[in-house]
Amino acid sequence: MKLIRAIFMLLVLCFMSAPILVVLGVSVNEKKRLLFPPQGFSLNWYLELFTQQAWFNALMNSVIIALLASLLAVSVALPVALYLWQRNSVFARMLFGLGLAPFMLPPVITALGLLIFWVSVGGSGHMAATIISHGVFLVTLPLVTISLGLESMNRQLIEAARTMGADDKTVFLTVIRPLITPYIVSGFAFAFVLSLNEYIIAYMVAGFTVETLPIKIFNSLRYGYTPIMAAVAVLFAAVSIIVFGLVARFGDLPRLLGAAPKDVE
Amino acid sequence: MTDAKMSRHDQGFAGRVLLPAYPTVMLGLFFLIPLLIMLSVSFFHRVEGAFYEPAFEFSNYARFVDPFFIKIMGFSIGLSLSAALIAVMIAFPFTYLLTRSGRSLQIVALVFLLAVLSLSEVIIGFSWSTLLSRTAGISNLFVALGLMERTAAYYPSLPALVIGLVYLSFPYTVLVLYPSLSRLDPELSEAARMMGASPAKTFFTVVVPVMRRTIMSTIILAFVFTLGAYILPQTLGKPPHWTLSVHITDQAIFEANLPFAAAMAILLLLVSLVMVAITLLMGNDSKGAKG
Repeated sequence: MKLIRAIFMLLVLCFMSAPILVVLGVSVNEKKRLLFPPQGFSLNWYLELFTQQAWFNALMNSVIIALLASLLAVSVALPVALYLWQRNSVFARMLFGLGLAPFMLPPVITALGLLIFWVSVGGSGHMAATIISHGVFLVTLPLVTISLGLESMNRQLIEAARTMGADDKTVFLTVIRPLITPYIVSGFAFAFVLSLNEYIIAYMVAGFTVETLPIKIFNSLRYGYTPIMAAVAVLFAAVSIIVFGLVARFGDLPRLLGAAPKDVE
Repeated sequence: MTDAKMSRHDQGFAGRVLLPAYPTVMLGLFFLIPLLIMLSVSFFHRVEGAFYEPAFEFSNYARFVDPFFIKIMGFSIGLSLSAALIAVMIAFPFTYLLTRSGRSLQIVALVFLLAVLSLSEVIIGFSWSTLLSRTAGISNLFVALGLMERTAAYYPSLPALVIGLVYLSFPYTVLVLYPSLSRLDPELSEAARMMGASPAKTFFTVVVPVMRRTIMSTIILAFVFTLGAYILPQTLGKPPHWTLSVHITDQAIFEANLPFAAAMAILLLLVSLVMVAITLLMGNDSKGAKG
């Protein structure tokens, strides 16, 4: 029985890692062909990503958008989470639901709405439009992590601080902020990784002028394959694994994903 | 206690008005208003060569009864539902076993699944098309093992598309199931085991029935998630396999028919909202769960 279980888990993990492993192999081919097993070994395609102007531009666009959009997402999510935590009013819950909505719906809906919106107000094709669109779309992630952080906070700490005469601002800066900072950082990290990988909103809002890496890959697919795409895929997978690995290293990942707290076990 | 509670509710202007004002404006302006504009555009009249002109007509919605459109809709729903069912059928036992494994194994698996979940659909499409290709694909392995004579390409095809969609929704499905399954009371299955049930029997006669509502809502959420797939039908499938999401973009960008694209997006929005509402109404399995 144990053996069957192990084989099943192993098969699933093989299925999940197979495409990534093949792409890893393809990315180190010596010649400009997609071959697996790879022929020769070369890290040249990773270098090309930084030296070929078009790919480097796409990389820079992606990084700038992801950084600013996830900052924006945190800035919107933090007050919503605090507000819901302070007063569980109908409006607070509605605002929370509105923050979750973009993520529950197929992204093409939000993407088309934003396309029509930016065409109407004249921001279509600008990087700022992509940043704002991503920022609002990705609010869900920091919203969920920060709310979880506030929930798991011991309310007696705040009451103690108040009893000792601390005002709202002092309570926030000295008690709440340090306790929820890890949750803010993980929310930021989640949003950053997802913005980096997001395709359809970036494409609809400004895809023809502001090319991000996913857009660049999809556009290039039409003109044939190059191992640079494989290098980007490996790089993105590596960034995600490092980011989530760090979140797991410094935080309680199972708890963040909804498992019961450790002490209940 | 009551005093403390009072003070929390009594935070004056800053807490009551300023705190929610900024996020309300941001979410309202850049999420709600775009959806409302899209709703109104779906009633507008298309102008060839331009965008559209304001009108109030149902012609865009009338196209939904077109046999061609019904076929697209039927195909999208059938495809997403099949992929969601397969994903949940694999993910449920997988997640159950995962939550019963050691914490460090759980963390490694969760980091990996989160990484795959956040991978761009473009990258997943590219990776699977490489894995199923003639030059770098799985058939090279079969040839090396002597199972096949020569290498072959397995995409674009419907099976390739289904495999890609299962791959896409699997990590999502595991993460939706993870909270409920990790809170499932271990005493429940222990009791069944004490009474002599085998682990497999315990799983099918105790765990699955107790979790049936969670399973149902996970299938629905995975279905909505898969409906949003946009790149995979284009990279792994053929044009007849294009789903509603692909057609929406195609109409908006390449046919420059924003009103019809908007009407299709509103339909997709309604379908998704109804589905999500059903999962909320069904609620979670509270029996046997703790924490």
